[in-house]
Order: sequence, then structure tokens, then C-alpha cells
Amino acid sequence: MAEYINSVRMLVAGEHGLVIEFGNQISPEINERVQRFAKLLHLEQIPGIIEVIPTYRSVTTYFDPLVITRQELAKSVIQLLGRIENKCIEELLPPRVVHVPVCYGGVLGPDLEFVARYTGMSPQEVISLHTSKPFLIYMLGFIPGFPYLGGMPSEIAVPRQERPRERIPGGSVAIGGNQTGFYPIESAGEWWLIGRTPIKAFHLTSDKPFLFSVGDYLHFREISIERYFAVRRSVEEGTYVPEISYL
Amino acid sequence: MSIKVLSPGLLTSIQDLGRYGYQKYGVIVSGGMDTYALRLANLLVGNKEGEATLEMTLMGPSLLLEADLLLAITGGDLSPTINGESVPQGRPVLVRKGSVLKFGALKSGCRSYLAVRGGYDIPEVMGSKSTYLRAKIGGYQGRALLQGDILPVRCSSPLSLAESLEKTMGSRSFAFPSWYVGKSYVSETSQEYKVRVIPNSQFPLFSPDSRKQLFQQPFQVTTQSDRMGYRLSGASLQLTEPLEMVSEAVALGTIQVPPDGNPIILLADRQTVGGYPKIAQVAGADISTVAQIKPGSRIWFVEISLAEAERLYAAREADIQRITITVQSQLAGITT
Repeated sequence: MAEYINSVRMLVAGEHGLVIEFGNQISPEINERVQRFAKLLHLEQIPGIIEVIPTYRSVTTYFDPLVITRQELAKSVIQLLGRIENKCIEELLPPRVVHVPVCYGGVLGPDLEFVARYTGMSPQEVISLHTSKPFLIYMLGFIPGFPYLGGMPSEIAVPRQERPRERIPGGSVAIGGNQTGFYPIESAGEWWLIGRTPIKAFHLTSDKPFLFSVGDYLHFREISIERYFAVRRSVEEGTYVPEISYL
Repeated sequence: MSIKVLSPGLLTSIQDLGRYGYQKYGVIVSGGMDTYALRLANLLVGNKEGEATLEMTLMGPSLLLEADLLLAITGGDLSPTINGESVPQGRPVLVRKGSVLKFGALKSGCRSYLAVRGGYDIPEVMGSKSTYLRAKIGGYQGRALLQGDILPVRCSSPLSLAESLEKTMGSRSFAFPSWYVGKSYVSETSQEYKVRVIPNSQFPLFSPDSRKQLFQQPFQVTTQSDRMGYRLSGASLQLTEPLEMVSEAVALGTIQVPPDGNPIILLADRQTVGGYPKIAQVAGADISTVAQIKPGSRIWFVEISLAEAERLYAAREADIQRITITVQSQLAGITT
């Protein structure tokens, strides 16, 4: 059994909640264990488990304590931890990269100029760094389909705004601190808006409502405003096919 | 069968017991704030306890019943009347087509629930009928009710109780049995509430003063309180030293503390994840109590152990079980 398993902590989140914590840092290694464990726990279909939620470094599970006691659940968790190193063949495949087209700056990215000034770069340099590589999706949360990404170059980090904006349009691509991501639906938020994507990460009427899964990578790509509207039309008509590659 | 909204009230939305299984995608749970009252309302009309209800907040709606309906009102008292005549809560009420059910002044609590026999005929979204207001999904067109909305009601087999009420009804516009369920989590007059909490695993990271203040001083529910969470004011709670927090899942009833030191109790519309330190967790058995506390009232937190919280939860569920069995036999016309 791997060394780190001994350092896994189990914490209480109310009488319905158990947190299985794999570390206290944001790292791809810890997150991979989180993802794998969440999948194992989900597939195990333990009676009494209501929901399994993987985040950066921990898995939270909500359960009905009248169906399964915390002690029984903890026992199952320990057993599953012993199986965490067994990878299924799908997990050996290279991860998916979802390409997200973005029209940067202008009315669709009103804060690009500010981010450029703050970081001492030209807007084009900010865009180059933002599109330079795929970013790992550590978790989804906050609003439906919102990806928490890791790996953004620190050169384009900008502290969050002090007061959240009341209305950020759906599709807005933004930077907040050393994080970046995009808002799948209209929301309030305190990140800086550098561009907008015409594609939807949350599409209720589709048979696959969520574009991303945790463990995928997201690669931003610059497009023109003409292309933005062309893609938006095809998204609305339902003919848009997301561009996927493998790492 | 349908109900027409003559006036919508302050915030009236369709809610069931919530949308589970999608928090890992960022979809919040939603659902009724006082789930005890919600379940009870359904039980009283012979529905499944998790059927969708109307949740009404502080100022209720005015509704035209466009068919004969069996309904039940539970939770906070918003002075409901039918055609101007006061109607009791906590029991099934058979109402004639064409009647107007109107909610008035707030007498107690904060939220009231209206269940109808058969349930509201509204499509499920991701396994739930609850309204997720911010994402505009679920419920009635993803939003709170507006004037002119027409809520369809599903047909359901008549209950034996409804048939006997029908016989005794005569020319009156509504009728109800003499029995009722008295138990609720709504306190009649109090401005101060005791809420039992379990300290969170991050509790020791708070300063010794803050840890004491949590239990030795009351916290006021501010007007910036909603279905997402109750923002409290009182002692400013602080960590012993600054802490780099990593966002993680947050539970119903988690009490988190943002940098300004004012705690927030996370409720039905909480986000799926949060990045603030968590000082404590409201016991599941006290969530309904919290849901009925109005802004301006004060909360005293009382520390209990996890084992005690589990015991309280089990006791409450046993209560509901007993009520369910008794109500079901009354509805079926089996009197003991």
C-alpha cells in the first residue's frame, strides 16, 4: 500500500457528511488520487450514500446515518483506499483536452487592458500566455459546469476585485488571483473579464449537460469576433461539436 | 386541474427535497428550507413526502384554485384565508373550485409550505422539481412565481378522507377534519433561538476568544439573509493566524466565517464549494428551526457532540415515521 494512504484524514462535516482528505495542497498528484477515489466510492454504490463530491484535495460524501453509520462507512473507505492504486484501463488513456475558443478583449473582454497594465505586458502577451498550454480541471463547482483550473502562468495573475460584479455574462473568461476559468452561466463574481467564449459548458437540454469532467484539460484558443459569432450561431443551432484532443 | 397565481408574494417557488447527485458538476442542492414542514405538508395530502410544494416567504401569494383540491399548509403562519375565512394549518383541507387562497400577515416563522394532493405537475430537471433560482432551472420555468402563472396539478385517486369531507361540506367552500399535526419547528413569539451545533474540524484554528464568543454571545440574523445562507452579526470571529484555504465541498448548515468575521450559516441554496474557514456545523435536527428564523432575530449557538447530533436526527426521523403512520390511517379512513 502506498505511503500516502496512511496520511489520509477522515473529517466530520455534520452528521450526514464525511470528508476524506488526501492532503492540504493543490497538486495534480493529490487531485488524481481524489478523482480516482471519488470514482471508486461512486461505483461501489454503498447503500446510504447520497452523494460523492470530489474537490481539489478531498472527497466529501453525504450519507444517511440511519442507513449506514459513520463507522461502517469509514470501514468501507479504508477498504477502498487499499484499491486506489488499481487503475482501470480507461485511466491509463491520455487525458482529454477540450479546446475552448475565446474572443479576447474589446466589449467581450473589458478587463483585458487592465490585466495587461497590471502585469506590465501587452494585451497580446497576456493572450499568448493564457493560450500557451492546457490547464488541468481540478474540480467543478460554484455554478453549474464552472471549471476550477490549475497551471495558469503566474505572470498573468491579478488579485481579485474587491467588490464582486453583480452580473457577469455567461461565457465570460476571467482571471482571479492565480486562477482562471469561465462562467458557464450569468453570475456575480470578482474575477477580471478578459474575453468570452461562444461555447456552453452547461447545456441543460443536451443529453450530456456538462462539457467538462474533472481530470480533463482545458485549452483556451484565440478566435476573432467574426468567428465568435459564427460559433455562437452553430452552438445555438445545436450543430457545434466541441473540439477534443488527447494530451 | 390547476392553480392560478393572482399575486405572487415576496418569493414563492416550487421546492421539493432537493437535487442530489450533481454537486460534483457545480449544481447546487436547492430544495425546501424547512424540510420538516415540506414533508409534513405532503404527508397530510397523501403525497410522497418528497413531492414538490410551494415555498412561500414572509409575504405569501394569492391563489385562485381552478378545481376542487385537497391541500395542506404547514410551517410559518402567514395567516392563510380561503374566500376571506381563516383556514387552519397542519391538516388536510378540501377546497371548492373557484376559491381564493390568500396569505396575509406574517404571524410566526418565516416560510410556509403549500402541498396539493397529486402534486404540482411540473417536469423534473436532473431528478428534482426544485427551483434553482440563480441558474434558472427546475421549478416553474426556473423562476419564482409571477402574477398570471398557471400551476398544473396532477390528478390523483381520491382519499377516503376527502370523500367523507365532501359529504359533510354542503355549501361551504372548504372543509377539514378535526385532527391536526401540532408539531412544527416554528416558534410562536420568540425573538431568540437556541441552535445546536457541532464544532467543525477547523474550530481549533479560531482564536480562543472567538471560540468562546461563538457560544457566549447571541448572533443577529441580518437582512442579508436568504435561501443561500443567513449572514449573522455579533462578535467578529477571527482565526488565530491567517490560513491559506483550499476550496472544498460545503454542507447544509455549515457555519463559515469570511475575513470580515461575520459568520454565515449555509442553507438550501448554498454553493457546492466554499473557501472560507468553517467554525461549526448546525445539527441536522435544527435546520428547520433555522429556516423559520426571521431577519432581526437572535441566535444562541449551543455546543453538542456529534453523537448527540446523530441521536437528535434519529429521534426526529422516528417522530416523522410515527406521524406518517397515523396520518396515513386517518387519510384512509381507518380510525382507531
